Amino acid sequence: MVDHKKDPVLVVVQLSGGNDFMNTVVPYTAGIYYDSRPVVGLKEDEVLPIHDTLAWNPNCAPLQTMYDAGDIAVVQGIGYPNSNRSHFRAMDIWHTCEPIEIGTEGWVGRMIRELDPAGHNVLTGVNVGQGLPRAMAVPGVPVTSFADLDTYGLLTGIDEPRRRTQALEVFKGMYGHEVGAGYVMDYLSQTGLNVIQGTDELKKAKDGYSSTVEYGDSAIANSLRDVARVHLAGLGTRVFYTAQGGYDNHANEVPDHPKLLADLSTAVTAFFEDLRAHNASSEVTMLVFTEFGRRIRDNASGTDHGSGGGAFIIGDHVQGGLYAQYPSLDPNRWVHGEDMEHTIDFRGIYGTVLEQWMGIDPTEIVGGQFEQIHPYSS
Amino acid sequence: MADEDLGLMAHLLRRAGFGASREELEALVAKGYDEVVDDLVDIERCPPIDEDIVKRYFGGEGPDIRSGTWIYRMLNSPRQLEEKMALFWHHVFATGYAKGEHALAMSDQIDLFRRIGMSNIREILLELSMNPAMINWLDNSENIKGEPNENYGRELLELFSMGVGNYTEDDIKNCALAFTGWTFAQPVPLYPHGFYSPEFLFREEDHDDSEKTFLGHTGNFNGDDIIDIIVEQPATARFISRHLYNFFVADEPQVPSWNVTPPQDPDAIETLSDAFMESKGEMRQVLRTLFKSDFFKAARFKKVKSPTELITGVLKLVGTNRTPTPGIPRYHRAAKVMGQELFNPPTVEGWHTGQEWIDGGMLTERVNFAVDEVGDPSKPGVQAVIKRLRAAGDSLTPEQFVDNCLDLVGPLTLEEKTRADLIRFAQSGGDLVFPSNGSANGETDENTDRIVLMLQLIVASREYQFA
Repeated sequence: MVDHKKDPVLVVVQLSGGNDFMNTVVPYTAGIYYDSRPVVGLKEDEVLPIHDTLAWNPNCAPLQTMYDAGDIAVVQGIGYPNSNRSHFRAMDIWHTCEPIEIGTEGWVGRMIRELDPAGHNVLTGVNVGQGLPRAMAVPGVPVTSFADLDTYGLLTGIDEPRRRTQALEVFKGMYGHEVGAGYVMDYLSQTGLNVIQGTDELKKAKDGYSSTVEYGDSAIANSLRDVARVHLAGLGTRVFYTAQGGYDNHANEVPDHPKLLADLSTAVTAFFEDLRAHNASSEVTMLVFTEFGRRIRDNASGTDHGSGGGAFIIGDHVQGGLYAQYPSLDPNRWVHGEDMEHTIDFRGIYGTVLEQWMGIDPTEIVGGQFEQIHPYSS
Repeated sequence: MADEDLGLMAHLLRRAGFGASREELEALVAKGYDEVVDDLVDIERCPPIDEDIVKRYFGGEGPDIRSGTWIYRMLNSPRQLEEKMALFWHHVFATGYAKGEHALAMSDQIDLFRRIGMSNIREILLELSMNPAMINWLDNSENIKGEPNENYGRELLELFSMGVGNYTEDDIKNCALAFTGWTFAQPVPLYPHGFYSPEFLFREEDHDDSEKTFLGHTGNFNGDDIIDIIVEQPATARFISRHLYNFFVADEPQVPSWNVTPPQDPDAIETLSDAFMESKGEMRQVLRTLFKSDFFKAARFKKVKSPTELITGVLKLVGTNRTPTPGIPRYHRAAKVMGQELFNPPTVEGWHTGQEWIDGGMLTERVNFAVDEVGDPSKPGVQAVIKRLRAAGDSLTPEQFVDNCLDLVGPLTLEEKTRADLIRFAQSGGDLVFPSNGSANGETDENTDRIVLMLQLIVASREYQFA
């Protein structure tokens, strides 16, 4: 485990819809790549070579710079046995680490419970986005979730300060009573109380932030800027979660996918630049994942759901490089004759950041022991 | 205090419609429950909304004005269940604006759901399969002979009709093949022509007419043959019934777990499935059975309101937007920040409902919206509450004040300690006294402030989050 001076922090970034890993880290010298992807294939002379067989998508130029500086571990061929091609089921599996049963507890929620067993700080886990991801949902574990830090607050429509204070007091009382009307009512009550506590704290993140770093104009940029603001306020948040949508490129992959990767790359780079400018990057690791890769052959416009995706682990303490194996390009090794074969189980990658970065035993959280990689310099 | 019949009628109108004003509820109670159910189900018994007014007042091409216009319909259509079923199918056949970015195609789809949403399941699935917004959303326009794209074929089975566990991967492939060539005509270019509706197109040359085996049947199936087979499956009856139960009766777990998690009320699902099978998928028969059942009547406040239900319910309470009013798109945006952007569900699985409507951020938006809306005493619905409180007596004790407000907002029953909190708060202002020398209704600025704040606290309560 890395020896931390400050409490380690994990930022999870979910690429929703199934990012096309084969067009993110591209096997640009393999003939089979061009044969399989007459429409969505990237040209050999436009990609950004990593070495003589793999290259970055040209829209990942900012990430390539970070990679060259040794800050990005690329996890190749991440997946799990019998990959499920349904988004919802696949995302559920990634969120709950339950590939067979339907899980109800999210892995990030379990991690938050481990970090703050009594639920003392409602900001231990923070989601930036609309709606709480299943990964963070565990009954009884408080999590704070907001879409936009700037507009977050309760009963803001009651202008007169004295009336608002009175109303907030009554609100706190109303949501504090035990009802015994079932789980949903209890959850709703707890959520209401958490909001009161969380908004008071988050106001500090709003008021105290200043930065000269430009994040770009995209949803993921706004989200990561909010993550930075909360992190920099020092409110004790240990896990952040946010998502970038739009990766389900069955069709029109050629115009759509590049913009997503460009937005992501710009936002991630700005995020770390911002933290470094505030001397607050060394305690942060970012895990970027997606629910599955896409089919090797394109469908003449985009790519269908596949398996064997890719993930990134990013941070100052990361030893940059390629980890695990790139899925085999030999058609004899393709799953169902059309899918990338995964080479490392995603639960081992969760295990890697849990154990080696957060200092938490991953066995209970991910449901077993799985092969880890070793991307951290000690 | 709450009259039992009034409470039940309010329940029916929250579920089969979008809420109702107190005047409307009282008139409906006089008519009788079963009669009102028949009015809701047999839509011809009520006049349609005045289309001319809708078209004249709500122009514009963007998704927020189009979905805002839909919210206007929800508030004002005499055919409440027709609009609610359009919303139901939008939940189930979740199609997103974000991909096609063609607001007209999306509102065409909602118009389709309004037109056929209460008809027969065969017609519904067939029209759905021919709907350009859906074809684009799930890439069936890319599904051609020799290069099948199985996105629509898969979701038709997994999410729109039968549910996981009732077919094989081969069934999916063959289902997709049957829908090869089902596409839409190249749309008229936006510039310089403006917005035109895309039209369905069957391309014979792109259709794979080979022999297919689907759910044990073999033939040179086309898409409509596949739908004929789907609608006869008991799995379809059960799956749609469970969707109806989840939407109209009580919250079920999320759809992906349905093949392993049994329904909370298996008898109710069986009752609905039987009505479905007996009527060969006539939605009206299933809905009539549902609304007249004991399990429905017993399900008061057993569902978390969707953002759309919360917003329309609040707007019916405050009585605004009953005639065309500028600014309707803001309700589209309000629903969006609460987690339900109409026309744009997050994925084809649709919105996760029930408890998943609630997290810190979304609860904040819900409470703030309701508190803002009832905070303006000039709104007709707030005026009506003040008037009725005035009519209840020249002087109301704190307890009477609170109970009357709860009755007029719902009727809503609060958990006892929560009610006690409100009474204690009301006590700090003493009795609510309407002096005879006040304004027309006898209210004073101070009374108005107290009533408005009480209404704000009630709509901020936990119980108000439930339908």
